[in-house]
Amino acid sequence: MTEMQADPHAETPEQFKKHLSKYYVVFVALLCLTAITVGVSYLRLERPVAITLALIIASVKAGLVAAVFMHLIDEKKVIYAVLLLTALFFALVLTLPSLTVFEHHAGMPGT
Amino acid sequence: MAETAIPYVVKPHPVTGIPNGKFGIWLFLASEVMLFGALFSSYVLIRTGAPHWPPSGGLSSDILNVPLGTFNTAVLITSSITMVLAWASCKMGNLSRFKMWMGATVLLALVFLVVKYFEYSDKFHHDHFPSHDNFFAIYFVLTGLHGLHIIGGVIVNTYLLGPGSKLWASDPEHFTNRVENAGLYWHFVDLVWIFLFPSLYLL
Repeated sequence: MTEMQADPHAETPEQFKKHLSKYYVVFVALLCLTAITVGVSYLRLERPVAITLALIIASVKAGLVAAVFMHLIDEKKVIYAVLLLTALFFALVLTLPSLTVFEHHAGMPGT
Repeated sequence: MAETAIPYVVKPHPVTGIPNGKFGIWLFLASEVMLFGALFSSYVLIRTGAPHWPPSGGLSSDILNVPLGTFNTAVLITSSITMVLAWASCKMGNLSRFKMWMGATVLLALVFLVVKYFEYSDKFHHDHFPSHDNFFAIYFVLTGLHGLHIIGGVIVNTYLLGPGSKLWASDPEHFTNRVENAGLYWHFVDLVWIFLFPSLYLL
């Protein structure tokens, strides 16, 4: 199958209708995961456990939105390349605070 | 004088394999990831540096209204599926169905903003402004910026629902691509909220 044939843009309206069910499935999954996130928060778990659990559920939800609603599951390589670069810089930005913490513990000047 | 057509608004660019508009919106979203990422990183820094979080004591869920936050999360998730169904309606050649789903998306976005207005009003009523403490500073900055993105989405989606939909008559594929790009933005706004809600309200 060529790349152009795999593109959903190339499908007829009748062929396209088959994709609709997956949107509804993801929608229900997202609502259920939201309910689980809120439900778990009422269990008053230890904070590190609660944070890990909530972020795992949030990541699954974000993955579903990105993969299905934003069609990342079937995208062109150029978009994956852009997102890979973004993910690297995003990870870098998120780890910057930990560098500050290390500096603080080391008792460096200005901390 | 002959009109010059903008290239690759419908057909894929030979280098990227996608129309230019779609490539552009993905680059824009990449910059948005860094914007929210920097703020999220600041939140982590402030929070890990605080002896107690929230600084005023108790739990975040005692300060913020969890049922309202949960309701708004459901509203945004619902608006995401109505958005994707609006695009799907274009793909299936049904403009009136597109208008129905896009109308629902705009309506749900407005519901989100109204709920947020009541949440903010309640906080202001109790003298909880961004200057109150770091918790409220980060809460108002993150949700405020997210709210501005919602307003931006409402403006674009309303345009596509109204005057922008005239393009359907002359170039339905181009119009469908515009709806797809607006949808990508809208799902990203939903995606940001998916992380903001537990981080601010529940943890």
